[in-house]
Amino acid sequence: MKAIRELIAECSTQAFDLHFTRAKEWKAEKEGRVVVGYMPIYFPREIIHAAGALPVGIFGGGDRKQVIKGDAYYQSYICRIPRSIMELVLDKHTAHFDGYIFPSICDVIRNLSGIFKQQKIGKFVKYMDFPQNFLPEIGGVYYQQEMAHVLKYIKDLNGVEVTTDALNHSIGLYNKNRELIELIYHIRQEFPWRLSIEDVYHVIRAGTVIPVEEHNDILKQVCAHIQQDIGKPQDKIKVVISGAFCEQPSIGLIRAIEEAGCYVVDDDYMLGSRMIMGPVDPDTDNPLEAIASAYIRQSQYSSSIYDVHDPKELRLAKIVKDRGADGVIFASASFCDPSLLDAPIFQNAFDRMGIRYMAFQFSENINQFKVIKEQVGAFSDSIKLWDEEPIVI
Amino acid sequence: MPQEAQKEKSMILQKEMINGLFDELEKAKETGKKVCYTFVPGNLSELIRTFDMLPVYPEINALQSAMRKKSGAYIKEAEKNAHSEDVCTYVKCDVGMMLKGNIGPTGQKIPEPDILLLSYTGCFTFMKWFETLKREYPNAEVIMLHTPYQENGEIRPEMTEYMVKQLREEAIPKMEKISGVKFDEEKLKKHLKLAKEAQDWITKIFETTKHRPSPIDAYFAGVYYIGPINIGFRGTQEAVDYYKELYSEIQERIDLGLGPITPEGEMKEEKYRLVVEGPPNWTSFREFWKIFYDMGAVIVASSYTKVGGVYDMGWRHDPERPLESLAEYCMNCYTNLNIPQRIDLLSKCIQDYHADGYVTNSIKSCNSFSAGQLGMMREIEDRLEIPVGFIESDLVDPRYFSYSNIKNRLESFFQMLEQRKIITATEEVV
Repeated sequence: MKAIRELIAECSTQAFDLHFTRAKEWKAEKEGRVVVGYMPIYFPREIIHAAGALPVGIFGGGDRKQVIKGDAYYQSYICRIPRSIMELVLDKHTAHFDGYIFPSICDVIRNLSGIFKQQKIGKFVKYMDFPQNFLPEIGGVYYQQEMAHVLKYIKDLNGVEVTTDALNHSIGLYNKNRELIELIYHIRQEFPWRLSIEDVYHVIRAGTVIPVEEHNDILKQVCAHIQQDIGKPQDKIKVVISGAFCEQPSIGLIRAIEEAGCYVVDDDYMLGSRMIMGPVDPDTDNPLEAIASAYIRQSQYSSSIYDVHDPKELRLAKIVKDRGADGVIFASASFCDPSLLDAPIFQNAFDRMGIRYMAFQFSENINQFKVIKEQVGAFSDSIKLWDEEPIVI
Repeated sequence: MPQEAQKEKSMILQKEMINGLFDELEKAKETGKKVCYTFVPGNLSELIRTFDMLPVYPEINALQSAMRKKSGAYIKEAEKNAHSEDVCTYVKCDVGMMLKGNIGPTGQKIPEPDILLLSYTGCFTFMKWFETLKREYPNAEVIMLHTPYQENGEIRPEMTEYMVKQLREEAIPKMEKISGVKFDEEKLKKHLKLAKEAQDWITKIFETTKHRPSPIDAYFAGVYYIGPINIGFRGTQEAVDYYKELYSEIQERIDLGLGPITPEGEMKEEKYRLVVEGPPNWTSFREFWKIFYDMGAVIVASSYTKVGGVYDMGWRHDPERPLESLAEYCMNCYTNLNIPQRIDLLSKCIQDYHADGYVTNSIKSCNSFSAGQLGMMREIEDRLEIPVGFIESDLVDPRYFSYSNIKNRLESFFQMLEQRKIITATEEVV
């Protein structure tokens, strides 16, 4: 077993490798291999894996890529992630990618898929229209058809006809992946000092750019380490982060929140890797139906899913309660419609429920966190010092 | 002093239709008519009418509030209630109006919804909007009709099938339950037949801009023309009669060789013919329009007039395939087209209507339109070698209409068009 710092260092390198080197190596290992990039939030990576291809997450350039060309595609009042994705693509960071998938999340990501089509980027571009109808026989069937569409694109490139066995095997691997990630959160819920949120982020994000088998191996080792009594507790409150599910805050900002006095015991930074709660049935005659069923019945709440039958504010409140959190930090990317339009819903409900919260906006490239850090510090202090009264900032 | 706008018979007809609708809405509780909130893109007017329900269009209320200079206060009210400065101002205007008593643009109270019918066409914000409304109106029945996006520039059979299943198994039973009216397919077919007729007329109306001078402005006046077909009258005889009357008025203008009517009377000289992409600014609508007609610019086609349906490519409701037809209608609305389709459609407009230039009015708070517009503009410029202009404003937030900036940019654009005309004329002589 590798030392925890060694594992984290490896993950840190992979997570922010904007040249997607591991995918390049993987592709070079065998002729005819296919690499498929996917954007936030969620995509059923199982099907790409089962088709013998490698799914690779594209989460923008963060604060590590200067955007010049990408700005020519987007007005100043549009969030930053589409422009940094354009920059990565136009600078050939993803030249070894064969196809791109744009899950339905918002109008910006949807229209970015059209720009990719118009510019003829990649061998295929698929906007994945996740169902907003949650009846298995209606939305579930449509979802299966959408997945079949993706599989056809991949088959056209590598000739692989996906089998039931292959899909079930891939489902099993990703079940394990989510189970191990959940174990990390479960341990941290009680012992958050054993692994910082910055390290958690590196470990999970690395899993979006390397083969799942390798990631599972890393996760097993990380879990083994944090099951030991390591690290020392500090006087910090526990918080849940919500709203940063697409454009990602820089690692400095993720770190700053914890440094300012908040153990982050749950978050939606890498929501896609944790979207399905619990296992997908790995042993059926119709694995696509099993994946669709899991999406319909076992999805985490998300700003991109119509929620009136299962209100998101109640679901977030439950997470807060289950994790024993003291409050919520709403972190929305600037100009992020789904996150910002959800803000009044959450905040009005939490005012009524007495759940303490604060809110700020960020963009992926900001690296001056003084103001946010002070706000978070004040939020933490207000809870630590005046715990009896729910405090809203 | 702004001059009183000229009013033609069709304008009076339209005003009567809209006032009649708001009167009916005001009396809905007394008459027992059920109220259905829905949106313009993908609006299922014919289905709503089949159940004798009354439609309310929150985005229409928002733009009407803006034209009456009320939106600024509503938006501020919503922002006090945790709504971000950076999101759709239609949503904020609607929420603010609701918080201030839901008094509609005509001064009459708008009743609460019995049904929130979200046909979710081409705009994610619609979905968030109705999530917000559902919290405010917890007793309203919710119908979510997911309209698949034309991501690959096509409507695949499974997309139509998915929508028809939603209509048949979810939307219609819920509408029956709330309205107390049994679904009558024959009645729907009759409405669809009338819808088709109105679509034929409106297509003919927008095709009249092929004439020189164009007898109408397909953007600034076009937004009035699309009123009846988009806000609940599609599928009625009233709408057909309105469009027939409008067409005959336009035909008369063509016969007389007249240009479009502006708020200050008839436009005397048509100097530039333009295609415009994006919605207009509503808070300073007249000032915005004036910049164009003062320069002799007429809009011969616009994407905005296609948000409630793209009819000029030949698509029509088909009474013989009622539910399939409703599904295809939703999927065919402009913002449900992918970026290459939008480029092709706008390019065709530029060519068919012999436009001299292409202008994008980029709306700050509307990503459904705005995200991708710069790429579209460059592609159109490259493909057609046509001058392009780019301005920025907002839908209904008066803080984001900067008259001087817009005027400066448009003046530069018109200079470019003038230069192009001189060069073209010189080349023709040579």
